[in-house]
Amino acid sequence: MSEKTITNTSFLNDAGNRALLFQAVLLVVVVAVGYYLFHNLQANLQTQGISTGFSFLNEPAGFPILIHLIDYTEANSYGRAFVVALINTILISLIGIIFATIIGVVMGLARLSQNWLVARLATVYIETLRNIPLLLQMFFWYFAVLAALPHPRDSIIFGDFLLNKRGVYSPNPIFQDGIGIAIGAFFIALAASIALIIWAKKRQKRTGVWFPAYWSSLAIIVFGTILGFAIAGFPVEFELPQKSRFNVSGGMVLVPEFVAVLVALSTYTGAFIAEIVRAGILSVNWGQTEAARSLGLKDSLTQRLIVLPQALRVIIPPLTSQFLNLAKNSSLGAAIAYPELVAVVMGTTLNQTGQAIETIGLCMLVYGSLSLSISFFMNWYNKKMSLVER
Amino acid sequence: MKSNVGKILTTAAVAATISTGAAAATLDDVKAKGFIQCGVSQGVPGFSNADDSGNWTGIDVDACRATAAAIFGDAQKVKFTPLSAKERFTALQSGEIDILSRNTTWTYTRDTSLGLDFTTPNFYDGQGFMVRKDLGVETAMDLDGATVCTEQGTTTELNMADFFRKHQLSYVPVIVQKADEALAAYASGRCDVFTTDKSGLAAHRSKLADPAAHIILPETISKEPLGPVVRHGDNQWKDIVTWALFVQINAEEMGISSKNVAKIKAESTDPGVRRLLGAEGNMGESLGLGADWAYNIIAKVGNYGEVFDRNVGPNTPVNLPRGVNNLWTEGGVLYAPPVR
Repeated sequence: MSEKTITNTSFLNDAGNRALLFQAVLLVVVVAVGYYLFHNLQANLQTQGISTGFSFLNEPAGFPILIHLIDYTEANSYGRAFVVALINTILISLIGIIFATIIGVVMGLARLSQNWLVARLATVYIETLRNIPLLLQMFFWYFAVLAALPHPRDSIIFGDFLLNKRGVYSPNPIFQDGIGIAIGAFFIALAASIALIIWAKKRQKRTGVWFPAYWSSLAIIVFGTILGFAIAGFPVEFELPQKSRFNVSGGMVLVPEFVAVLVALSTYTGAFIAEIVRAGILSVNWGQTEAARSLGLKDSLTQRLIVLPQALRVIIPPLTSQFLNLAKNSSLGAAIAYPELVAVVMGTTLNQTGQAIETIGLCMLVYGSLSLSISFFMNWYNKKMSLVER
Repeated sequence: MKSNVGKILTTAAVAATISTGAAAATLDDVKAKGFIQCGVSQGVPGFSNADDSGNWTGIDVDACRATAAAIFGDAQKVKFTPLSAKERFTALQSGEIDILSRNTTWTYTRDTSLGLDFTTPNFYDGQGFMVRKDLGVETAMDLDGATVCTEQGTTTELNMADFFRKHQLSYVPVIVQKADEALAAYASGRCDVFTTDKSGLAAHRSKLADPAAHIILPETISKEPLGPVVRHGDNQWKDIVTWALFVQINAEEMGISSKNVAKIKAESTDPGVRRLLGAEGNMGESLGLGADWAYNIIAKVGNYGEVFDRNVGPNTPVNLPRGVNNLWTEGGVLYAPPVR
């Protein structure tokens, strides 16, 4: 390479130079078109007298939001309403991903089951839910749930729990002084559990003796926290839900909008994940199972230690796509009054302020970042799970 | 849902790329293409609603038809674009439509910060509440603790919030993207109360399984002057749309209707009437229109009273009383400047 055999090639005839030149020209064109569009947008907005910018985020919003995990009232700003909606979107996405994964794994395994009935039921579930539009399913769950439940006056009552069309009401814990001791106990138990797991792993590597570290950790955390509560003298009081004139007041409430969106998202995505799980498991050579059995491993251990780790390498990449789909599909919740990003920002905020480009830009930015975060996490997990040659 | 987002994005993209130079003279554009592109609702009975064969009717539809009659002498030269509440302003800003006539409330923010101009109200509305009769609620002050359903993306949301805050009543908001699903949620018992403009309440109540089981509470909690909207900066176009409505109101006041307008034009000796109907001079010239512009509006669309009765009057399913939407001489607030 160091020796140039042809010296009389002109600059443009050199393949490397030409490639560079084309890249440069393309870059200039892209930047120029982008600048032209942006400039034109600004000029047009100005001539039309449409105010631009993000200053509207500091204005008072004035509208209510049904579900808010942080404090929010109508007097708060559009910016705060945006954060409330963002949290609602992340909340439904994360819980949806957890439920969809559980449903998907269970249904995927069920479809592979030796039991004829279980396998057929799983098939029916998967084929039905995969093939009905998600929006329809949301409407079904929302209006079916509402139709089935009683009016607040005739609430179904289990002890301190109430169930009616307005949601599930449960006692609301109000923590008193001394809760710090209980929280401290929880963290100490957590630290002890982690230490136990590390110790158990090391010992198993060294001696081969197995210790049920995960079950023990669970016990440590549960009993440790309860002990902490007992020492502090149970510093918690419950605000019980009470029937009032129209609704139930007090207590904590799980509203039907949240439940309908969650059920629709997780069962729909779960059906796709089930097929991915099935594909992953079927991709592991049967010889692996036979080999494991011939070593005397139990069926459950064969699945957990031999089949699943290998199947995961096939499962994770398409699973990532499903997680991304779920996060983006959560925007359909707007149709049934779940106050997520599209409903609050692109619906109400856009209409009240008229800032179409800004609000849509914000939403695109959020969905972009949310999807990229999920993607990064899953890529990291994929790398961790990939075949490590020793 | 998705199509809405798509539409907004497209219109935003259009706003970003098209030149607005042409939009400054909407009248020339409209004359050149031969029709008015009119933005209406996706279906509010009495205001803008399409029948089975795609014919649009309603008060808001007639506002566009009156403008078409003034320009072309033909009330049918209108094409309609159904818009959701949140698409409407972008569609007008971007030039996709020439007039936005979609039961749109005239507010300060909308008039001043969106690059739009409100012409004049063609219907004075106000927000109200509908509840089930068996709740035993007689006034909105009894609604403390109630769950309220409403449609998203309208002034309704803010008025509702302001009302409950003002009177320090607690409430649970259930805000649904489309009016039909909001009504379905109310009908299913998710909410105690359904709120929107009173004209809308009447229209929606007629859609419920048992309309007689629901009552509209007496309170009117907001002012909702609804009217056509045009782009800011095209004063000639704004004048045409505004005066098309004023002509209809003046015609009712002068006793001119679509039935007698030809006769009056031929026989009247009143100079005011002769000027209005183009029998004398050319009042249309200063709007860039022909002398018979007002005559055509009245002949093809009718006066305001005819428009009201035909679309939302007592003989229609919407069945609204004339109320404040009556002439100032009859105890209402319709008061149009004179044509002279």
